[in-house]
Amino acid sequence: MKQLDQVRDTFNRDQVWRFLQPRPKPNELDLSHGAILYLESISVSFDGFKAIDDLNLYIDAGELRCIIGPNGAGKTTMMDIITGKTRPDTGSAYFGQRIDLLQMTEPEIAQLGIGRKFQKPTVFEHHSVFENLELAMDSDKRVWPTLFAKLSDEQRSRIEEVMEIIGLQKQSSQLSGSLSHGQKQWLEIGMLLMQNPLLLLVDEPVAGMTHQEMDRTAELLTSLAGRHSVVVVEHDMDFVRSIARKVTVLHQGSVLAEGSMDEVQNDPRVIEVYLGE
Amino acid sequence: MLLTRILKNDLGGQLLLIALLITTVTVALLNLAVPEGHALHISTYTVTLLGKYLTYGLLAIAVDLVWGYLGILSLGHGAFFALGGYAMGMYLMRQIGDRGVYGNPDLPDFMVFLNWQELPWFWLGFDMFWFAAIMIMLVPGLLAFVFGWLAFRSRVTGVYLSIITQALTYALMLAFFRNEMGFGGNNGLTDFKDILGFDLQADSTRVGLFVASALALALGYLSCRYVMNSRLGRVAVAIRDAEDRTRFIGYRVEHVKLWIFTFSAILAGIAGALYVPQVGIINPGEFSPLNSIELVVWVAVGGRATLFGAVIGAIAVNYGKTYFTAAIPELWLFALGALFILVTVLLPRGVVGLLQQLKRKQT
Ligand SMILES: Nc1ncnc2c1ncn2[C@@H]1O[C@H](COP(=O)(O)OP(=O)(O)OP(=O)(O)O)[C@@H](O)[C@H]1O
Ligand SMILES: [Mg+2]
Repeated sequence: MKQLDQVRDTFNRDQVWRFLQPRPKPNELDLSHGAILYLESISVSFDGFKAIDDLNLYIDAGELRCIIGPNGAGKTTMMDIITGKTRPDTGSAYFGQRIDLLQMTEPEIAQLGIGRKFQKPTVFEHHSVFENLELAMDSDKRVWPTLFAKLSDEQRSRIEEVMEIIGLQKQSSQLSGSLSHGQKQWLEIGMLLMQNPLLLLVDEPVAGMTHQEMDRTAELLTSLAGRHSVVVVEHDMDFVRSIARKVTVLHQGSVLAEGSMDEVQNDPRVIEVYLGE
Repeated sequence: MLLTRILKNDLGGQLLLIALLITTVTVALLNLAVPEGHALHISTYTVTLLGKYLTYGLLAIAVDLVWGYLGILSLGHGAFFALGGYAMGMYLMRQIGDRGVYGNPDLPDFMVFLNWQELPWFWLGFDMFWFAAIMIMLVPGLLAFVFGWLAFRSRVTGVYLSIITQALTYALMLAFFRNEMGFGGNNGLTDFKDILGFDLQADSTRVGLFVASALALALGYLSCRYVMNSRLGRVAVAIRDAEDRTRFIGYRVEHVKLWIFTFSAILAGIAGALYVPQVGIINPGEFSPLNSIELVVWVAVGGRATLFGAVIGAIAVNYGKTYFTAAIPELWLFALGALFILVTVLLPRGVVGLLQQLKRKQT
């Protein structure tokens, strides 16, 4: 199917062939219309089951957006699409005005400046906290430069700075496999910070955290907004209320409601499918 | 200094290289300087046997690099070893010149026997050592590169990848068995006379090859350790433990796998090239799928992802094999199978893991 589309594309006479178009670089990200991410009429089905159904979503540059929705609403699948893990059946996904995410591989998307924290925390268990952060660090990630890479003083202090933010200085040389669940969550957030992405996708950051840790996470995420765009998926309503400016409710793979927390909470359809449970 | 930097924090590696140095010097001296018949004399047979073990050690490092650190269970590394061996064998065949049974100065004996009139194009250049030396690395490297490019790009992993590596070495074995391939069919290449002008039967040449194998093992070890100490090495382990996650922080997993796999194949090729002049023959049996499985057992016995463990495993298992196949040959395969099961169940981290555990208990 993909090949067929490519052939069709080649015969499209109103545009330059795709392979002749210059690949935009991340610093050329075109934010002239204010939005950093455009998802338009995206659908995806797994064995006939529509996980995402005609989804439209726009994220503004510098915005902090919360996404809520019952289990199986398609929140994680949406992140899979943005980061190139899952290819949608139809629809389009653009990063800025010009960068077509659907044409890119996972590492390319990561290099563009889209970072992701997974729902199930996945850190590199046989590496120390320090090494995990080092690996995630924004740097030339091709094979040869990686082979000869040396940590500069600047980079080292950046790693130490992030370890302080996530409160894991003491565990610096501890293997990350031996961290607690909450600490792993923090380490993943730290890895996200090291990538210095333009857009952060954060899937259930506070699962398994204590109230204190939650407060710190909330503080961190709100402080990131502005310089970065942040999309947070979370089930914990108190947490969402504490950080939310604009909330999007997903239900059965499409947007059910969008607005401030109060508006959304008082929307009868939302109450019916989600909050009323 | 580079050497101290590479071996920093690598006690096993330091011990291995020191042991290697001492053994090499002692064995060479006891063979060449101590007269035959003296109690301390080491026979040339033993020197060659040890040299063979050392090439196996290098091969085991190559396997450990991709299996232990990168998580690719290659069951076809014997193919790269054999290809390096064939490249060396072709050079040695050309060195025979007109001293073959048929006395033909232009063609190896088996081609005369098959009534071939001229040398096939792919044998051209193999009368020069430098050309053969390049081919020893280029042929296995290129095969690994093309194979890896196809396999990793389509994201074949796990058991499926292991199976196609087995298929690869099996296919090569069948091909090399055929006379019309031009590599001597099932007899392979043998009856070598000399290498770089030195008589292969001479004690000094045997010792020379033994020392060269030790040197290759040491350099191979150091270069692998260098790669694994680098950030690329940490990326490799990251790929082994969480491949997808590595992609999402921006590494091109396929490229990393491809380069390390190719590098490993080149090491295996060099090991094969040093093996052939010592054992005096290379035939399609070296491609047998069973050989490649045996390599994995060596690494499992020694301990994965340690590099020096692979060397220990290779030498220990082969010492056992030499002993077994002389005493009770029909039991060797059973012993190998039993060993593999025992190690997997009782010593998942191999001999090295056991030693580390004992050390920890003491302190
Ligand atoms: N790879 C897949 N194959 C088949 N079905 C899938 C796959 N990924 C997701 N699904 C299905 O798609 C639906 C949406 O899943 P998704 O993980 O996006 O939900 P979610 O909103 O993140 O839910 P949760 O709050 O439980 O994390 C679910 O019904 C899930 O079973
Ligand atoms: Mg989810």
